[in-house]
Amino acid sequence: MTAADRVATRRRSVARPLLYGALVLCALLTLLPFVWVISGSLRSLDEIRSDPGAWLPHHLTLGNFERLFATEGFGRFLANSVVVAVMVVAGNIVAASAAGYALAKLDFAGRRIAFAAVMGAMMVPLTTVFVTQFVITVDLGLADTLTGIALPSLALPLSVFIMRQYAMSIPDELLEAARIDGAGEFRIFFGIFLPLAGPAVATITIMSFLNSWNNFLWPLIVAQSMSGYTLPVGLAATSQAAAHVTDYGLLLAGAIVVMLPVLVLFLFLQRYFVQGVAGTGMR
Amino acid sequence: MTVTVLPGAPRRARRPRGAARRTAVAWLFLAPFTVVFLVYTAIPTVAALAFSLTDLRGADLRHPFAVDFTALDNYLRLFQDQSFLRDILNTAVFVAVGVPLTMGTGLALALALNSGIRRMRGVFRTVFFAPVVTNIVAVALIWQYAFNASGTVNKVLGAVGFAGPNWLDDPNLTMPVVILLGVWRNFGTAMVLFLAGLQAIPQDVYEAASLDGAGRWQQLRRITLPLLRPTTLMVSVLLTVFYLQVFDEPYLLTNGGPLGSTESVALYTYHQFGVGEFGMSSAASFVTLLLVMLVSAVQFRLLRPCA
Repeated sequence: MTAADRVATRRRSVARPLLYGALVLCALLTLLPFVWVISGSLRSLDEIRSDPGAWLPHHLTLGNFERLFATEGFGRFLANSVVVAVMVVAGNIVAASAAGYALAKLDFAGRRIAFAAVMGAMMVPLTTVFVTQFVITVDLGLADTLTGIALPSLALPLSVFIMRQYAMSIPDELLEAARIDGAGEFRIFFGIFLPLAGPAVATITIMSFLNSWNNFLWPLIVAQSMSGYTLPVGLAATSQAAAHVTDYGLLLAGAIVVMLPVLVLFLFLQRYFVQGVAGTGMR
Repeated sequence: MTVTVLPGAPRRARRPRGAARRTAVAWLFLAPFTVVFLVYTAIPTVAALAFSLTDLRGADLRHPFAVDFTALDNYLRLFQDQSFLRDILNTAVFVAVGVPLTMGTGLALALALNSGIRRMRGVFRTVFFAPVVTNIVAVALIWQYAFNASGTVNKVLGAVGFAGPNWLDDPNLTMPVVILLGVWRNFGTAMVLFLAGLQAIPQDVYEAASLDGAGRWQQLRRITLPLLRPTTLMVSVLLTVFYLQVFDEPYLLTNGGPLGSTESVALYTYHQFGVGEFGMSSAASFVTLLLVMLVSAVQFRLLRPCA
């Protein structure tokens, strides 16, 4: 151990508790909103009204959740969200694995254009296109339908990009060998590429589920009646309708139901969430 | 159906017929993405530009050919509209305050997590990234609940002797609260990207530096930050583009209010759309696209020497 190392070690041993202290403090601040929503959702309506800002419930109650599931429309919002998410995830797995494979592993006319389209599509703001997307959706007869909500997200450019990056890492020799043996592109795709693409498919599944489940602006525009609302839109509408009544117990319970599936998924699969963001630098 | 290639044969030497077939197969693979891209990105972008040059209203949708071409009228009206100019300013504040705060928090946490901490590193990373995956509608509700006049934030302030204000009704206080929500929701993304950037820096650079007697502070300033420059640029552009389009946070917390103090350009676009002014809405939306393209072009310029 050199003198410099010893100095460094000593300094680090002083700095480390400080560092941990700061990190723990930041973590607590980050988690505060989650604590609020959990404790708020477990308090009775009377308790919330009499003391809205209290930290912890005096009496734990699941009454808010009971009322939530008894509320007309809530089951519908939940079902709608699930159906849209299933469509989006399935669409992305199919569209992105095929497109990503072609972009990375096939040599064809228009490849540069196709890749430019993927990159360009990631950059066009939803703000810019939602009005015209809405008009097209109306023209297609899909306004106020779940298909209309799901359609624009069925082939997310981010999914294609993730799949392409992954496909690039698969050695050409493997596919070339199959080609020499006389396998067609479709057989190579299904028989060799897809079985190897598990991690990329997992990342795409999670990213597209997240996108669909948390999507707000687009469903807000397409869904025009209660029966077509997804969970976030339904929750926002309920909260605005309740602005003067302020049934926070109901709303916080709803917030839990919206957040929980993603948070649970995230706890188990956070590696893939982080990969989806870090691997591409996109969201 | 298959194109057999002799081992070792160069790719370019394939027969033209094979090339046409390969192209057809490849586009078959690309078909689902291409259809969605054309219908929901390419056509809408062109159509948005076209709409922005007309006086299209929601009621005109049944007979679109009755619409008048008004050239740049919408844009002229836009830049004479005090509320649009205010919204541009608001959006600029979102970017000017939100981006550095989000980046600074993300970078500080990434540096802390990368500085030889072993224990709990995964736990911290998970905690700091959790807001990114959390639903914005749910979080906005919590924010309203917490920043209520009698909410938890004021309760805390009261405990230390301050009388808390009515956060979401005061035009001077709403913007900070809305930006705080944006920062809370996005610093995790910045942190993860910075962590990836930090891990790409080779360790032996630091070893050489500490042999030469460079302290930790010097190492940070002379090695880490310069080598992190490409990541820093990428994150700043990503966040700038994101905050330029900010919609969810102001819509859900305040719907742009009070008195338009938190209305962003995206919210202006949405409100114009809501009252059926599709032409004006499209013009406003195109201003956003131009700003996003400008930022991306600047990024491209700045990143090129690094790549």
